[in-house]
Amino acid sequence: MQAQEIYNKIEKQFPGKVGLFRGDVFDPHLNVDAGAIVDVCRYLRDDAETAFEVLSDLTAIDWTKKDDEKIQVVYHLFSYAKRHQIVLKVDLPREAPRIATVEGIWKAANWFEREVFDLFGVDFAGHSDLRRIMLPEDWVGHPLRKDYVEQEEYDGISTQRAPLVDKLLK
Amino acid sequence: MQPLLNSLPETVFTTKVDELLNWGRASSQWYMLFGLACCAIELMQTGGPRADLDRFGCVPRATPRQSDLMIVAGTLTYKMAKRTKLLYDQMPDPKYVISMGSCSNCGGLFQIAYSVCKGVDKIVPVDVYVPGCPPRPEALTEGLLRVQDKMMRERWLVKAPAAKEERVGT
Repeated sequence: MQAQEIYNKIEKQFPGKVGLFRGDVFDPHLNVDAGAIVDVCRYLRDDAETAFEVLSDLTAIDWTKKDDEKIQVVYHLFSYAKRHQIVLKVDLPREAPRIATVEGIWKAANWFEREVFDLFGVDFAGHSDLRRIMLPEDWVGHPLRKDYVEQEEYDGISTQRAPLVDKLLK
Repeated sequence: MQPLLNSLPETVFTTKVDELLNWGRASSQWYMLFGLACCAIELMQTGGPRADLDRFGCVPRATPRQSDLMIVAGTLTYKMAKRTKLLYDQMPDPKYVISMGSCSNCGGLFQIAYSVCKGVDKIVPVDVYVPGCPPRPEALTEGLLRVQDKMMRERWLVKAPAAKEERVGT
């Protein structure tokens, strides 16, 4: 199926919930309303024509452009049966980003969502095990957010190191 | 009086006890089999037949309890830094640390990253820094020889200041 056909199909099923489709790029993508993401994903997986049985990636982007601040969660779907793909994007507010989990649809989402939670602080409602996945449990902050401030020290280890040039100039 | 050296057959050597102890220790440095990143590949190469650390009596041990030398080979993350400290504490005295490569010297290429410790000397005392990214096997061998030099200068029975006797300082 072509990306345009997939989009038309989704729009027919969920009028008003999707938009901003772009099909002339390498990864055709569309925006989905935050409240409808679980329904859209379930529909795309279960429908015989789309058959997106694989969630190949789930990640996020922190946009800090003025008047357009958002955290965008990105879903890459792929179908081995049909050999087609689509990208879904969901815009969330930067303060307290919260979205429903798609863990019930693709089990792979479990670790992907933990990673996005770890690095961006997105709260996935209904996730079975929302813990940090890569950083230590006692880490402060979410490092891939643009407003992240590095701590002075982590667990007694200083995070600072003066550049050698400064040392030599002294 | 005849000198002692000449009065004995050629199979007997005379030396100081300190020197004998140091010679024994320097000729059997057992290093911990422990690699963190790409430098570990070069560490394996150094242990391989071409550079052959074994000719210095330097063999890998699988446990810190039997090791004299820790070669920190690779990028040290904060999560790993705590484990590295634990491994160092488990080694019996006297113990030595070689910091191998830019990453463990100062954070190297990744020192801007939020998760990377800016040098292994933030957590354990380092005896020899080996520069390079990664250092060639020859460089690591040189570092090992510097540790041997350091061992040979130590005094165990007579704790007199030995600074003037030091002959190695390259």
